[in-house]
Amino acid sequence: MDSKRTNRRKFLKGSAALAGLAAVRSASGQTPAPEAYIKGNPELIAYGQRSRFETAVRTSHGGRHSPDAFGLVMHVATPLQESVGVITPSSLHYVATTLGSYIPDIDPKEHRLMVHGMVDRPLTFTLQDLKRLPSVTRLHFVECAANRPSAKAKSIQDSHGMTSCAEWTGVLLSTLLKEAGVQGGASWIVAEGAEEVKGASSIPMAKAMEDCLVCYGMNGEAVRPQQGYPLRLLVPGFEGIFNVKWLRRIKAVDQYYMTYSDYGHLRREPEDAALGYQIGPKSVITFPSSGQQLPGKGFYEISGLAWSGGGAIRRVEVSTDGGRSWKDAEIRGTASRMAHTRFSLHWNWDGTETSLLSRCTDELGHVQPTRAQVAEFFKKPLDASFSVPGRDNTIQTWRVASDGSVHNAYA
Amino acid sequence: MGAFTMRMLRLLSLVLLLGGFALAQSPPYGVGSAPSEEELRAWDISISPTGKELPPGRGTPKEGEQLYVQKGCAGCHGAKGAGGLAPKLVKAEGKPDAHPWDLGRVLPFRAPYATTVWDFINRAMPLGREGTLTADEVYSLTAFLLNINGVIPEDAVMDRETLPKIKMPNRESWAPLPDWKPGMDRLEGYPY
Repeated sequence: MDSKRTNRRKFLKGSAALAGLAAVRSASGQTPAPEAYIKGNPELIAYGQRSRFETAVRTSHGGRHSPDAFGLVMHVATPLQESVGVITPSSLHYVATTLGSYIPDIDPKEHRLMVHGMVDRPLTFTLQDLKRLPSVTRLHFVECAANRPSAKAKSIQDSHGMTSCAEWTGVLLSTLLKEAGVQGGASWIVAEGAEEVKGASSIPMAKAMEDCLVCYGMNGEAVRPQQGYPLRLLVPGFEGIFNVKWLRRIKAVDQYYMTYSDYGHLRREPEDAALGYQIGPKSVITFPSSGQQLPGKGFYEISGLAWSGGGAIRRVEVSTDGGRSWKDAEIRGTASRMAHTRFSLHWNWDGTETSLLSRCTDELGHVQPTRAQVAEFFKKPLDASFSVPGRDNTIQTWRVASDGSVHNAYA
Repeated sequence: MGAFTMRMLRLLSLVLLLGGFALAQSPPYGVGSAPSEEELRAWDISISPTGKELPPGRGTPKEGEQLYVQKGCAGCHGAKGAGGLAPKLVKAEGKPDAHPWDLGRVLPFRAPYATTVWDFINRAMPLGREGTLTADEVYSLTAFLLNINGVIPEDAVMDRETLPKIKMPNRESWAPLPDWKPGMDRLEGYPY
């Protein structure tokens, strides 16, 4: 130990002697100039932060500014154009709140989750209780209903930024329901949050027992307050609002409860209703995407994300000629079920105007459609007024102009 | 095999059966604690379409009309349920034969069950003072909003018996979610 310390001191002295040399080296760009080091401070040591040169930020979504004058948070979109890999950093994960709620500031020691209704043993769980139970850790995306390709979108953040993917850790909801003993005839659950308006959604019991998670962890630490601290329900593949934040209550019931959030989802047509809760196979190219600029012709790795509420992504194809021909993209890493999956394709741009598209296929064999295909399926004319029923998973086209600028082809 | 042995075997199998039954009924981990009856009552604010969880109490449109002003509803939702910053609470003027679905996204008109209106006022209103209304006040405000949408007459009394029985204009004209199963198509025959 002592000798190690001595060696380190010697090394430091030696370094000081070499400082003059270091300054010379930095002039050649090999190491930063002496004044360009980040001095340690207690805050940075305790909880680090990204480089000041990294500027990707979330932005308000849907025409309502967050925060508003009262500090309410509405919808906030993820900068997918800057994304790498499949995990969205917790700081950049999209946010949506029920009717513009304040973010509850919950003391986890006081928080309880109640499981009751049509069960043999109503139970309340503390955070400590939940952390005693067998846990699972899974990658899952969460996507908001408002996430759809649009003529108004200036960037991928506008059109696709209301989806994010995190590593979620918690207890399977089925574990808690079995602990309480679900009674025969219980066909739905109502999941409720602890925020001001106590947002609640009806979820099919089959889904609750299949793969829903009661999460206390997100990306290796506690779930963030904007994501439901200290507890969030994850309903993998289902639209965002079902993923109840600040989870305080699960009630097993024998019918659809028609909560206010359920009412918000009501559709007149059965097709709209059927396509309204689970996300279909969906993909988008994140680079190059609208608002970005290619410096010139030559080699680029096209990169993007694919996901599906129906399971894992099996295949992603990319077209670099406006959809005339398609090439299989490479799936980077392992495609997890109901999770963002990174894909890429090598591309040599010849400098002429073209369009880039991606389409994916999930484990069920469902293929991401174009708007035209959906219109044809429903025998509706394809005009500006055509709205894709349910959750819109249609193909996004980016137009690359000959000057290298990239644009939303719908605009 | 003697009759005695047979009886013993039967008894044994009965014991095994009961033991297995008890095992299936016991919680796998024994984690969590049982809430008291009072806790259950205080926490359970869900109101089903049958209204079985509705508390005692009563209210009329006339009482609701006064509360609508007193409790500050009018400040956000407008004097008569329209014209404010908060969501509209009165249906659009339409032709007499207009479908209820075409008269706006108005909770006390479009909701297929009046229980949803009661539930939402009870849990989420007024903004910033959620949970402060008494059951009578929630019945009254619900009655007022149903009345200005032409759903119930002015002399109707809303309570736990009458409220769930109201036939909302949209009761039959909404599409229920299909029965979800793992691996199912989102919509039968839909390849996307």
